[in-house]
Amino acid sequence: MSNLQWLLKHLLRICLLASLANMTMAQLDAASSESTSATSSEFENLVREIPQGSLPKRAQTIKALAATHDERVTPIIEALQQGNLYADRQDPPLVAISASSGKFIDALTGEAIAMDNTEQLKRVPINNTMRNQLRTLLASININHAQADIRHRAVRQVINDGIDETTIELIKARQLTEPNSQVRKTLAIAIALYNVESDDPQTRLDAIALFNGSLEPEVRRTLSTIANQDENKAVRTKAQQTLKAIDDRIATYRIGENIFFGLSLGSVLLLSAIGLAITFGVMGVINMAHGELMMIGAYTTWVVQQIFPNQITYSLLIAVPAAFVVAGLVGIAIERGVIRFLYGRPLETLLATFGISLILQQAARSIFSPLNRAVSLPDWMSGSMEINPVFSITYNRLYILIFGLAVFFILMMILKKTTLGLKVRAVSQNRAMARAVGVRANWVDALTFGLGSGIAGIAGVALSQLTNVGPNLGQAYIIDSFMVVVFGGVGNLWGTLVGAMGLGIINKFLEPYAGAVLAKVLVLVLLILFIQKKPKGLFPQKGRAAAD
Amino acid sequence: MLTQRLLLSDRGGMIVLGLIALTAVVVPILNLAVPAGSAFHVSTYTVTLLGKFLCYALLALSVDLIWGYAGILSLGHGAFFALGGYAMGMYLMRQIGDRGQYGNPELPDFMVFLNWDALPWYWQGFDMFWFAILMVLLVPAVLALVFGWLAFRSRVTGVYFAIITQALTYALMLAFFRNEMGFGGNNGLTDFKDILGFPITASSTRVTLFFMSAVMLILAYLACRYIVTSRMGRVIVSIRDAESRTRFCGYKVESYKLWLFVFSSILAGIAGALYVPQVGIINPGEFSPLNSIELVVWVATGGRGTLFGAIVGAFAVNYGKTIFTSWSPEAWLFVLGSLFVLVTLVLPKGLVGLVGRFKRNNNTPTDTPALKPAEETH
Repeated sequence: MSNLQWLLKHLLRICLLASLANMTMAQLDAASSESTSATSSEFENLVREIPQGSLPKRAQTIKALAATHDERVTPIIEALQQGNLYADRQDPPLVAISASSGKFIDALTGEAIAMDNTEQLKRVPINNTMRNQLRTLLASININHAQADIRHRAVRQVINDGIDETTIELIKARQLTEPNSQVRKTLAIAIALYNVESDDPQTRLDAIALFNGSLEPEVRRTLSTIANQDENKAVRTKAQQTLKAIDDRIATYRIGENIFFGLSLGSVLLLSAIGLAITFGVMGVINMAHGELMMIGAYTTWVVQQIFPNQITYSLLIAVPAAFVVAGLVGIAIERGVIRFLYGRPLETLLATFGISLILQQAARSIFSPLNRAVSLPDWMSGSMEINPVFSITYNRLYILIFGLAVFFILMMILKKTTLGLKVRAVSQNRAMARAVGVRANWVDALTFGLGSGIAGIAGVALSQLTNVGPNLGQAYIIDSFMVVVFGGVGNLWGTLVGAMGLGIINKFLEPYAGAVLAKVLVLVLLILFIQKKPKGLFPQKGRAAAD
Repeated sequence: MLTQRLLLSDRGGMIVLGLIALTAVVVPILNLAVPAGSAFHVSTYTVTLLGKFLCYALLALSVDLIWGYAGILSLGHGAFFALGGYAMGMYLMRQIGDRGQYGNPELPDFMVFLNWDALPWYWQGFDMFWFAILMVLLVPAVLALVFGWLAFRSRVTGVYFAIITQALTYALMLAFFRNEMGFGGNNGLTDFKDILGFPITASSTRVTLFFMSAVMLILAYLACRYIVTSRMGRVIVSIRDAESRTRFCGYKVESYKLWLFVFSSILAGIAGALYVPQVGIINPGEFSPLNSIELVVWVATGGRGTLFGAIVGAFAVNYGKTIFTSWSPEAWLFVLGSLFVLVTLVLPKGLVGLVGRFKRNNNTPTDTPALKPAEETH
């Protein structure tokens, strides 16, 4: 009984609380909508006033406009500054922002304007004084923006545009309240860049001390001027020291960049070489048509994009399995049709598969035309990630690096953990013995070759994101991938990984000194010399399976 | 004795050499002595084409010598051919003198174009014919010596050797494409005017070059025949069939291989040197791995392990190429590709083997010692 009472009491209380909460919420909503509608109509009036009146009047209007703190202010000011703001002569006027590809957007609603309404639009004129004012205004809005990365970008913009009395005030004011440490650092550099122009040598020295380790291009430029031209010797020396420290840091990042590009090249080599590592290393079959299987994968990507032209973002998700299947099937056909008659005769296999590669190349030329086809990059693959002003990583290379490693480890798992992998290793080590214990060697051969070919197809998908797709796509990589397999050691996937990454990095480190072509030649020569020392590659196979 | 060894025991070779000698005599007469209107007249174009084929045959011979007899598959033999060609091309370039577009008596046109002031050191001496010929022999030989020494010493065999030689020619192609190398970059060496004072486009010069090619081919054939029938040739064949066993018998496998490789590269260089004045151009495209591998197919088509088979193959494939490319250029790669596959699958002994099989079916079947697969490593 008492239990029931307790329950009821609580239920009642909850109901009451809920209704109360509802009421306050509704009130708050009403109040807030009122306030936005008030400022919003004021905002609209101000926007409509921009095209009217003289230039000084326009400046006033804009100042008032900025004071409304409306979300839509920033694009309008940006457009006005760049001469992209248009208006017609109606009353009230239609104010529009010209976007890319000749379209116009209503400055108030943000909607596209129909083409026939755009003929009356005229550019809203501004002068140099106003342009400066607008820049400061934009800076002040963005420097105090709620998002840290917009603030950061705004400060860097100010640094690049040059700092004057008004912007320095903004920056100094912001520095007092800035919560984000990175933005605070950049703000401090901006202030130092301003102070370094001062007449007092001590102020200049203090400012230079703040530059230590900064990678902003503007800082470097300023410092090198000071290092050569400042009248005070102490300031000059200090500037030289700081400059040297910065250059050292840049050099470090350059090395990082080289390593990244090397790894990126390595991942492409890895993708193209692991398929070979399977067919060559595990099966002992030289497949000269491997490059053409990559070409097939790349063309599959292109075809998938032609079939789904509106789904570029997801097309790669379809292209990867599609390329695997198409290239894998072609590979199995090659194995069943030609290679199985040539086991144990590697030189003949080499010639026959080379013939197949010629046929496939010419087939691609006949079907898709000899011209290169451009495969479009999905949005998430384009662009780059900026780590600091001198070091940025392009997304397509980053994703391909990750993708290459993922394919490598998946393949490793397939060979190590699955039944198919077990059979493949058994057949590769001792064909007769494997057959004796009931492994269908022919079947395993076909599947292994299909697997290697399918991976070549996947490599082709990755390549299509880096270069144009053409009939000669595969040829460019085939010799390099053989080099990787030979360098890493035949029959060892880890060797392939190390070989690919190693060759990629060596290539990229040689390039600045020797040029791209000579670097390649040097790598080939080094490899030939390397094979003198280690004829079986970095990671030779051991044990009885390795014996001839 | 020597004729017996070189020719009489080699019926196919005798037939092929006889045909070559016959063409070498008849074609010049038909070109020079028979008037242009006559049905028997052979045009200078045909003479040049046949001369080109003879150079290809010489090149195929050089590949057959190492592949067919020693089991060394080189996918970079085109490099030696191109180097010989470049050496000859450099001589021909220097002969242009001040008749080039820029009229510079010392520098070839492309060097003037690149604003070079003086000849690079490696162009010195190429104005003398004997020096150029020496280089035609020496440059491929030295490259083959160094490369072969490095490769055979560390026992790089079979497909590894094939891939590395392919990389070698690929690297050379990339290097020669560079303008800074001083070999005319992309365009190579061309616009030749005369050779030893004779205008290079004249019919008489072409016929002489054709005749020279035929003579060189016959001489090279006899030299190769001499080698393969000698004691050294027996050792070489045994290396192909059982390398380890030969080594254990006390033969220096590496030296045999190396000297054969160097000799073969010299033959390829001579072929290149005869080829360039006939076609009038040498460019880095000759280094392309495709060329080298294509010439392996000439040998395979003709029948490897018989020296005349290489000559037959070079003529057959290149004649087919001429026909097909004029008929439909796209079809040629399909044909060439299928040839690779068919020869390896169906005709492991090539056209010569086909003829042999034919004859055996007619006569009583006698089992000739079959060619064992040359590779023991895989």
